Amino acid sequence: MKKVVLVLMVLTILGSVLFAQASAETKNPVLRIITWSGYAPQELLDKFTEQTGYKVEVTLSNNEEMISKLRATRGGGFDLAQPSQDRISSVVEQYAIYQPIDYARINTEQIDASLLEAVKKNTLVDGKSYAVPHVYGTEGLVVNKALAPDVKDFKDLLDPKYAGRVSYRLKRPTLIGMGFSLGYDPFALYSDPVAYQKFLDEMEKILIAGKPSVKTYWDNGDQLLQSLRSEEVWAASAWEQAGWKLHAENPNIDYIAPTSGALGWVDTFAIPAKSENLDAAYAYINFMLEPENAAFFTNRETYGTASKDAVNYLDPEIKANFTRGLPPEVLANINWYPTVPAGIEEMEGKTLDKIKAAR
Amino acid sequence: MMKNRRHIKWGFLFFFLPVVLWLFLLIVLPHLELLRLSFTKANTGKFTLDNYLAFFNEPIYWLTFVRTAGYSIIVTFIVMVISLPVSFYISKIVKERISGALMILILVPFWVSELIRVYGWMILLRESGILNHFFVSIGLFKEPVEMLYNDITMIMGLVYTSMLFMVVPVIGVMDDLDNSLIEAAYDLGASKTAIWRTIIIPHCASGLVNGGIIVFMLVLGSYLTPNLMGGKNSLWFTEQIYNQIILYFNWNQGAAFGFLLLALSSLIIWVLLKLTKQNLKEVVK
Repeated sequence: MKKVVLVLMVLTILGSVLFAQASAETKNPVLRIITWSGYAPQELLDKFTEQTGYKVEVTLSNNEEMISKLRATRGGGFDLAQPSQDRISSVVEQYAIYQPIDYARINTEQIDASLLEAVKKNTLVDGKSYAVPHVYGTEGLVVNKALAPDVKDFKDLLDPKYAGRVSYRLKRPTLIGMGFSLGYDPFALYSDPVAYQKFLDEMEKILIAGKPSVKTYWDNGDQLLQSLRSEEVWAASAWEQAGWKLHAENPNIDYIAPTSGALGWVDTFAIPAKSENLDAAYAYINFMLEPENAAFFTNRETYGTASKDAVNYLDPEIKANFTRGLPPEVLANINWYPTVPAGIEEMEGKTLDKIKAAR
Repeated sequence: MMKNRRHIKWGFLFFFLPVVLWLFLLIVLPHLELLRLSFTKANTGKFTLDNYLAFFNEPIYWLTFVRTAGYSIIVTFIVMVISLPVSFYISKIVKERISGALMILILVPFWVSELIRVYGWMILLRESGILNHFFVSIGLFKEPVEMLYNDITMIMGLVYTSMLFMVVPVIGVMDDLDNSLIEAAYDLGASKTAIWRTIIIPHCASGLVNGGIIVFMLVLGSYLTPNLMGGKNSLWFTEQIYNQIILYFNWNQGAAFGFLLLALSSLIIWVLLKLTKQNLKEVVK
């Protein structure tokens, strides 16, 4: 009796495992995407599934986690990723987690030509490029003009006048933004580790001296919004979306591009080395960059898009944000992030740790 | 008879194997890989001790560890001091029915995740938060004061989140304490401090050490509370490990830090046990 029960149990367990396997194979192909929060709105995903029949599974992440996760699986587990353009070539060289893009399969007509060229150039490894631009944005200042009228540039965040009313992220953009604001050109120093270390040591001194001004170093968007909304913080370094969102609630608060230039980033589509559904990945890239779909995304999330004709489909108030916050002369002044050479981030990391640990 | 035994063994194996595989593949193997990583150089994969030496050569790293360990010891001590009267009250003073209810009151907050509890504290303490609002409205404060983002708040948060793990073992040993011992001490004219010093605390020592080890390890390894409540000055050692692995992609360095944390915290516990003349075997009995 015991024996029969045992055999039955073993069979059921094995059977259910095998059955699950078999049913997985006959299921609709699934596209697994690792992306940023907000980049894959449900409405667009539904539309995509309707048009192509591919189901989409979304995992939300950020640049560092994306790299760490793909590195752990050696480029497997996801069919499409959305890293920033400056975080691609060095990880391709070191860990080979992405595969080159076949641009013949991309509808390049609908992409802004200058952005596409810039991204191709920045992700070039051994004669092949690894990414297609999707979204761009800037990091500048979000300022409550009624309370902190004199904040015009990153270096004004160090002003003792605003002690305890300032917040920024203790991440690399702060080092670089402060650098530009104080007359350095950090990107030009990337190629020279000794000079870059000297620059970092300077920044360390300046940011430690400026610590009393800081309320706290923010590290998630909600935390930042909350402290600006409650007027606990008067000026912060942040993305334009935070500024525009708060501007709608309180006209005193708005995004301003620093006089030394906002920091510009481009998030891209890149295909992991072990992607299991290339067709769906390319279909998704082309789908998301169709003007109408890209405009839907920009209207919803207020990020700029690389889709050329999306501007024709934008809501008036969204368009107004762009003309107010990112007019052509500001865009021309943006310091776009170049590729980060290996080793630079480790140096920056040590500096940031020292700043955080300092009293 | 023989045959039957063999079949039981197969059945046992069938259910035992997943557990062994789980432990080995998902816990032992990754640790071995991390151990290997910690002794190799990033990118080249050659054997090196640099990752461990970096900890001792770079003051920022060992200072962070010293700070973390120091604060963990302080937190553990505070938790002990608070837990003793709380446990005594629950196990000796109130009626049995109420003591059950009180235990549940201590347990309930732990059904909610640590993150939510920390956010709860942040809502209470922030500059535009509930406490400030209350104090300003009754006229105690002239203007709101920022109570978050300093070491005292952080210690308070850590004490709060690790309280339970001390109270439970201490109540456990306190239940065994014979009430007549305390009564006899009173009859013979002992003072309250003498009773605590010579009867209650020695009796509870094993529970205290037990809870102390758990609390110390928990606090040393916590990430959320110091990060969210400590704010701009609180670099906890776990954050260094996270930074190395997730932000700088230096798994080798991160792995070395992980093993250093394990080794150094075990060492600290060993030293503390020796200093307080406790025996680990007695404690876990």
